[in-house]
Amino acid sequence: MKQRLVLLVSLLVVMGLLLAACGTPKQQATQAPKPAATEAAAQPTKAAQPTQAPQPTEAPKEVQPAKEIVFYNWSEYIDPKVYELFEKETGIKVVEDNFSSNEELLAKLQGGATGYALIVPSDYTVKIMIDQGMLAPLDRDKIPNLKNIAPRFRNVYYDPGNKYCVPYQWGTTGIGYLSDKVKKPESWSVFFDPDPNAPWYGRMTMLDDAREAFAAALVYLGYDINTTDEKQLEEAKQALIRAKAALSGYDSDTYEDLLASGENLIAHGWNGDFLQAMEDNENIAYTIPKEGGVIWVDNVCIPASATPEQKVAAEMFLNFILRPDIGAMISEYNYYATPNKAAEAKLDADFLNDPSVYPPKDVLDKLQFIKPVGKAESLYQRMWDEVKAAP
Amino acid sequence: MSKLITWLRQRASLQAWLLLLPSALWLFIFFIAPLFIVLVYSFLERGTYGGVVWHFTLENYRRVFDPLYLKTFWRSFYIAVLTTVFTLVLGYPLAYYIATRPQRQRGTWVLGLMIPFWTNFLVRTYAWLTLLRTHTGLINLTLMHLGWIHKPLPLFGNDTAIIIGLVYGWLPDMVLPIYATLERLDRSLLEAAMDLYASGPKVFARVIWPLSLPGVVAGSMLVFIPSLGAFVTPAILGGGKALMIGNIISNQFLAAHDWPFGSALSFVMMAVMLVATLVYFRVTSDEERRQL
Repeated sequence: MKQRLVLLVSLLVVMGLLLAACGTPKQQATQAPKPAATEAAAQPTKAAQPTQAPQPTEAPKEVQPAKEIVFYNWSEYIDPKVYELFEKETGIKVVEDNFSSNEELLAKLQGGATGYALIVPSDYTVKIMIDQGMLAPLDRDKIPNLKNIAPRFRNVYYDPGNKYCVPYQWGTTGIGYLSDKVKKPESWSVFFDPDPNAPWYGRMTMLDDAREAFAAALVYLGYDINTTDEKQLEEAKQALIRAKAALSGYDSDTYEDLLASGENLIAHGWNGDFLQAMEDNENIAYTIPKEGGVIWVDNVCIPASATPEQKVAAEMFLNFILRPDIGAMISEYNYYATPNKAAEAKLDADFLNDPSVYPPKDVLDKLQFIKPVGKAESLYQRMWDEVKAAP
Repeated sequence: MSKLITWLRQRASLQAWLLLLPSALWLFIFFIAPLFIVLVYSFLERGTYGGVVWHFTLENYRRVFDPLYLKTFWRSFYIAVLTTVFTLVLGYPLAYYIATRPQRQRGTWVLGLMIPFWTNFLVRTYAWLTLLRTHTGLINLTLMHLGWIHKPLPLFGNDTAIIIGLVYGWLPDMVLPIYATLERLDRSLLEAAMDLYASGPKVFARVIWPLSLPGVVAGSMLVFIPSLGAFVTPAILGGGKALMIGNIISNQFLAAHDWPFGSALSFVMMAVMLVATLVYFRVTSDEERRQL
């Protein structure tokens, strides 16, 4: 009996340990096809050259594209029909896997996840990834449709000259609300100076994302959203804790659905998500408060860990989505603005004139990019933990 | 070949080792080795964007004892204890009921208990969302419709929601071990107790409960340990607002890029679990001895 109990105890301990280990990023098992074994060894590894940008692989002229590639993307960000059309044209199958924050994407790749041929980091994460040598430079000759990119997306701060990434979609972070239940929030104060008697008190969500949440608070306080000043961050933290009492939760994945169902009345989130949810509830509206908000550009890039065969296939896919018709198809699906100048010609005038998608000049001037903050990163995360742990 | 087999037969211990080899290898590669990596990482410095810097430090363990994280540890402990108590209160009568059914019916009851758990845990947790949501959840909508309440009950995004989810999730783990001990319970002992004029409650307190204690201990540990480390339930039903230590750990890896601190937190949690398990085991076995 005693022995059996000991066995049982050790079993339980093992189970507990396994549970505790749940947070450890695991090696991602993906269906990426094996490289054709010829030149796979030429791939640079990030460990070997952490700061230096990886060299283009010296593959022989004729690298056959992989038969199947994995696209690591945000959820509901591309029309599945694009994959079908691409497969019909090239015979290459695209499999999608999803992440829900830039930090998660970065953590998975840093943790050694391989098999992804394409990833979709936002601006500041692209910068981090380039600096860490995690991205493979694009072979621009294979992507002639890069010429379709609008001039102002060609020399972006995080990737001048589109050397590593193709701008995919761009948008803003602001406030979505139910226009039949609440009046338009003019200021971020709905979150940071919440009125306990307001009908939306307890029926709001904020993005479960440290940088986005701090950006909202910092904009409200009139500070730079990339500040590394501890005093300003402390003030922002206090504002976030005040907001927490009025939130039903932090949510980056389903907030627009919760607004559509009427569970919540106000949500902090990305413009296109709210526009998508309008299909379910026409009363959803989007606004950027008077203090301003965040502007961002998502980009499709090839991780340095991709094999030459995957890279070739990925570049074919990049060229494909840069076609005007496909670019328009993507925007029609996800309701985000396209950086593809040629695709705009194929889009409805209604869409191009929608201020929720293309903010007018005076609003655009008040938008800021989130940028890498280097060592202050840990300060942001520590304060975010404090917000999360606050009662 | 046959020579080899006879040679093996003569060496029983070698045979045992060979049988053990696959599982030992498995455990070593997928359990001991990764655990060792986590241990090593917990003494290193973080890289700015994930990874580790090979520089020895005890800072991560010092940070674990920061009141911020201690508070979360304490909350997780409190939630896990309440979960264990509630599953015991709900699970014991159920186990007793099933164990006292005629032999042929018991299988059906156990099956009935298990069937909902054939569905994925994540899916079941999301299903609870449709019940618990504050303004569009079925429970609040029904109660409001019946006019029993005028303001929705706070069932979502707090400890209540997490405990409801955990109790639901781990109930069978409490019921099954208790059922197993109760089923084996010698009926003649109960008859003997009653022949000696023990009242119903007394029979329970002096005979049934002590004899079912091994099941209660096993069930409690099966519930307590996963509850302490829970992270899916608080992430979903807690609305990302009410966190447990499992969420803090997963955040260190997936959001904060702080692997060493996440590793240190994991190790401290394992130590807490180990100590709790040993103490619990110790205490109850003493009690058992006294009862016997």
